[in-house]
Amino acid sequence: MDEKDNQPSDSELEQRLDSIKSRLAQADQHREGAPSEQQRAQSRRHQKAGIAQAFRLSSEFIAGVVVGGGIGYAIDAFFNTSPWGLIVFLLLGFAAAILNVLRASGSVAPSSFSLKAADELQAESTRNRAESEKER
Amino acid sequence: MANDPIHQFNISKLLQLDVGGYDISFTNSSLFMVATVGVSAAFLIMTTSGRGLIPTRLQSISEMLYEFVAGLLRDSAGSEGMKFFPFVFSLFTFILVANLFGMFPYFFTVTSHIIVTAALAFSVIGLVVIYGFYKNGLGFLKLFVPSGVPGVLVPVVVLIEVISFLSRPISLSVRLFANVLAGHITLKVFAGFVVSLSSLGLGGIIGAALPLAFAVALTGLEFLVAFLQAYVFAILTCMYINDAIHPSH
Repeated sequence: MDEKDNQPSDSELEQRLDSIKSRLAQADQHREGAPSEQQRAQSRRHQKAGIAQAFRLSSEFIAGVVVGGGIGYAIDAFFNTSPWGLIVFLLLGFAAAILNVLRASGSVAPSSFSLKAADELQAESTRNRAESEKER
Repeated sequence: MANDPIHQFNISKLLQLDVGGYDISFTNSSLFMVATVGVSAAFLIMTTSGRGLIPTRLQSISEMLYEFVAGLLRDSAGSEGMKFFPFVFSLFTFILVANLFGMFPYFFTVTSHIIVTAALAFSVIGLVVIYGFYKNGLGFLKLFVPSGVPGVLVPVVVLIEVISFLSRPISLSVRLFANVLAGHITLKVFAGFVVSLSSLGLGGIIGAALPLAFAVALTGLEFLVAFLQAYVFAILTCMYINDAIHPSH
């Protein structure tokens, strides 16, 4: 289409890139009604994360009860306090299991240091920001 | 024994070894662990040796794997967590490849044994505990004492928090093992139905179509589970590492 028979120049390539970009944008607008590729990928990821979450919640709950019961049983066997260790620690394990599940689902804040640690972290981050600004 | 659904998990010794009274024989389980490590390492080394700027198909698989795990770790533990990237990446690839190996007929599934998954889970928790103490000193113990709890309740809450922490390796290992084990048993049972039904004549063969359809569907589900369990294991590892690095979150 043009007199140069070997390599096209840079500006020409850029022009072509621009034209293909605009054509792509047009094509995208054309099928606005259908969910975009990105949206579909996102929903697929959400679905996968949902199954992962389901596996997680059930096993968190079971593990909590099992560990609590196990500790109680071990204490009974060790100190001859049957059945009190099992009763107390099974209940505690149940509480821990509920805590696990609530934490896994994000309904309760994860376990944390005191507020002091959080303050330190914030101070550190502001210090970092100040330093990066200085560098600039 | 062909129809025994548990038979596939039997461990057989390939090479008898005894050291100091401990049985450290090389079993079929060890063989498949070696194969898992060998295959994943060989795949990654061979596909990335070209280092093309425009990746070939196989190279882009390796790159996707890298980016996927790196994204997981960076999202949940921040850029500070990236020093644990080799650990998380090895765990993820090991579990993923071991699970996928288990999908081949007649192959042994390493992750269907709780001792294997428990070893993986305890290595994660061990890393979290050791690094947590190394980084935060005794302050790491404050992980068990939430702020703003009334004094009377502290002993109870601490006990609950400790149990909750101890349940982490259990839930990690049991989830992976139980999913793989249950999936393989279900698959084998449905496949066994096909065999025993089709030996009953024409009506049986027609009836066998239903369990066959189930077996096909379950195979697809198993591939999903194989990937999903590796993903769950990796993302929980990232979250626990995050606890060790910034316990204030």
